[in-house]
Amino acid sequence: MSDSAAQPREDDPEGTDTASDPADADGTGAPDATGDETNTDGDPRGTVSTGAEAVVAALEAAGADTAFGVQGGAIMPVYDALFDSSVDHVVMAHEQGAAHAADAYGVVAGEPGVCLATSGPGATNLVTGIADADMDSDAMLALTGQVPTEFVGNDAFQETDTVGVTRPITKHNYFAGEADTVGDVVGEAFTLADVGRPGPTLVDLPKDVTQADTESAPGPATAPPGTDPDPNAEPDAVETAARAIEEADRPLCLFGGGVIKGDASDAARAFARTFEIPVTTTMPGIGSVPEGDDLCLSWAGMHGTGHANMAITHTDCLIAVGTRFDDRLTGGIDTFAPEAEVVHIDIDPAEISKNVHADYPLIGDAGTVLEQLTAAIRSPPDADEWRERCLEWQETYPMTYATPDDEPLKPQFVVEAFDEATDDDTIVTTGVGQHQMWASQFWTYSEPRTWVSSHGLGTMGYGVPAAIGARVAADTMGDPDRDVICFDGDGSFLMTMQELSVAVREDLDITFAVLNNEYIGMVRQWQDAFYEGRHMASDYNWMPEFDKMAEAFGALGIRVDGYDEVAPAVEEALEYDGPAVIDFHVDPEENVLPMVPSGGANGQFALSEDQL
Amino acid sequence: MSGEGTTDGTNEMPGPAPEERPHPEGRRNLEGHRVDPAVEAQHDSRRAVLSALVEDEPGVLARVSGLVSRRQFNIESLTVGPTTVEGHSRITMVVEETDPGIDQIEKQIAKLKPVISVGEVSGNAVTSELVLLKIHGAEPDKVHAVTEMYDGRTLDAGPETITVRLTGDESKIDDALDAFEQFGIIEIARTGQTALARGNVPTAPGEKPGTAGEPTTPTSD
Repeated sequence: MSDSAAQPREDDPEGTDTASDPADADGTGAPDATGDETNTDGDPRGTVSTGAEAVVAALEAAGADTAFGVQGGAIMPVYDALFDSSVDHVVMAHEQGAAHAADAYGVVAGEPGVCLATSGPGATNLVTGIADADMDSDAMLALTGQVPTEFVGNDAFQETDTVGVTRPITKHNYFAGEADTVGDVVGEAFTLADVGRPGPTLVDLPKDVTQADTESAPGPATAPPGTDPDPNAEPDAVETAARAIEEADRPLCLFGGGVIKGDASDAARAFARTFEIPVTTTMPGIGSVPEGDDLCLSWAGMHGTGHANMAITHTDCLIAVGTRFDDRLTGGIDTFAPEAEVVHIDIDPAEISKNVHADYPLIGDAGTVLEQLTAAIRSPPDADEWRERCLEWQETYPMTYATPDDEPLKPQFVVEAFDEATDDDTIVTTGVGQHQMWASQFWTYSEPRTWVSSHGLGTMGYGVPAAIGARVAADTMGDPDRDVICFDGDGSFLMTMQELSVAVREDLDITFAVLNNEYIGMVRQWQDAFYEGRHMASDYNWMPEFDKMAEAFGALGIRVDGYDEVAPAVEEALEYDGPAVIDFHVDPEENVLPMVPSGGANGQFALSEDQL
Repeated sequence: MSGEGTTDGTNEMPGPAPEERPHPEGRRNLEGHRVDPAVEAQHDSRRAVLSALVEDEPGVLARVSGLVSRRQFNIESLTVGPTTVEGHSRITMVVEETDPGIDQIEKQIAKLKPVISVGEVSGNAVTSELVLLKIHGAEPDKVHAVTEMYDGRTLDAGPETITVRLTGDESKIDDALDAFEQFGIIEIARTGQTALARGNVPTAPGEKPGTAGEPTTPTSD
């Protein structure tokens, strides 16, 4: 039993055929310039001559269009092989940006995004993005360079135990110890990221392996045994759940991110409409059903709508699809949907009864199981009265905000202005904080894969690189006219705004709307509510002038201070063909409401700060 | 959703205050079960022996043990060793958890790619542990007698210390350690429990002799 990722020599019993390569004795030098001579004039998929070419051939064979990354010593052989590849590569300013861009690319395109980084700091800079993808079940493949195998474990220059560091935040990760199999490993990792419940995978690529001679081209990529689950739920379980739904008086659908990942939006809409069951979503489930639909109560949870949280509180049959019942959704478990029997559809058996007990567990693919259920339900639940109540809650708890003359511009107004000025297929990305909540609350989402955000990990700084990944995906899919809007906060924007240089270099048509309240606003809101207004480290009145900074990067920069400037600025930015940054100076004191206090009951949401 | 101002300009949304809203009487317990106040479902933790058949690849033990620690499962022991199938290992774990907790451990371990199959070994499984004990050697005759009594074996004996090997199930080992306590135990090394199911029952679900490369068996129900 060899149980250490730091002893990859055992993976490579024959020894590495380039370990003694004098051309790279220092382990950090240029790739072997003689390695590629005979290969690149033909179809690169058919023949390979090095491990790095096998890696790239595997990406091509898997259908990867684009990779995002940053160069570096240990990954240089792979980059050299990309030189002749059909896979496009976008150089990012920082590896964290590469991971988020790949993540968002995958969300929009519906296939795994690919990111690359070198060993050591390159790999550790990816970690936040990998953890983000893991928490949101986003399919992504990370390829990291590693020091040559003979140096692994010796604390060599730019060495990190990447497999060890990323083990708890990947679906699976690999140390590719042999050139002859490295292509197959990459193909398997790409496939594994997308089967069943999606998630990030990583392949660590020692430099001697990618430099080594091999003619072993990757075979057809297959998922490892046992990782591609049966899409169908057990028929008996479906029948039992169908009876429970038929008999419900107050049925409610809760559609999660799994509906989006499983491309089950059509099935979800058909299910809700067929049986006229009201719908709430989770935040990652935004877009699974059109929020303008009569049956849709928008999203539930800490800052969800009052009507969604009232419906969750009073339902007697919760049909939850593709959700893991995160604490930001449930509030306190003891008061979550307290009267509901729970029908839980999920592809991952481990999510069943993990946080909320499932009375009717249905393990399978979201769309397939919803179709099974549709076929099994003989008569729709008798829920006229319940639908009336849901409509009443929508009237009682509307999502509104005030726009008094004597107060600064309200951030919600900016979100609504963009929503009105753009089409339904517009992609919205965000950072994390107050602006993220307003972007989800005051934009009416209609389509899946148009809401791209960091949910589970809550990564400030996600928005800018995610917008780049989303833009590239839309362009690759042949939708250059789709708008991509990044709503960001001043704090979030400051964390990853160096990626603006990439948007300028690639001439990416993105509008960055910074809702600048000169606070790390969600923290300021909590300090006012729970820490007696002591604004420790939350005051951000030291921000640069983002419009001027945008101009310095080569982007369009606009500053907005008042209501009458909003519409012209939105129009100018949307018409501008390239990256535009609008620095909206908004009301610093505006709070995100409604709010279910952490651990509180969904139905007890506060409508003002005083009620917290 | 409309941006028309309807309030007096404070940070406030319309609607009845929290205390004015109806809220159901019911509630759930910590495991998310709806609670019937008359029959509150209480889950006591219990010991369970889990057996996992895994592919013997680098890092597999780190994957399993890392998962157990990250998800805060209570684990008493964990042993690893090869099986009759080349490339396969068996990991045996003793955990102390509630029934839902044991269910979660099984499901989370089953998701690990190198795990071929995992499940709880039935209650009447054959279990055994090996213990090495170093005892003060002042009373060699008495130590020898206790060693004999528990079918142990003396591996090393000197003027100051005696080292004894014991094997057996948990209750036998516990009894033996109590008996040796009187001499003064200097050092102890324990392997942790290993286990096999009795008779024709496979130890890990779906396990058959000599089946390399079998797919991971989902352990959900």
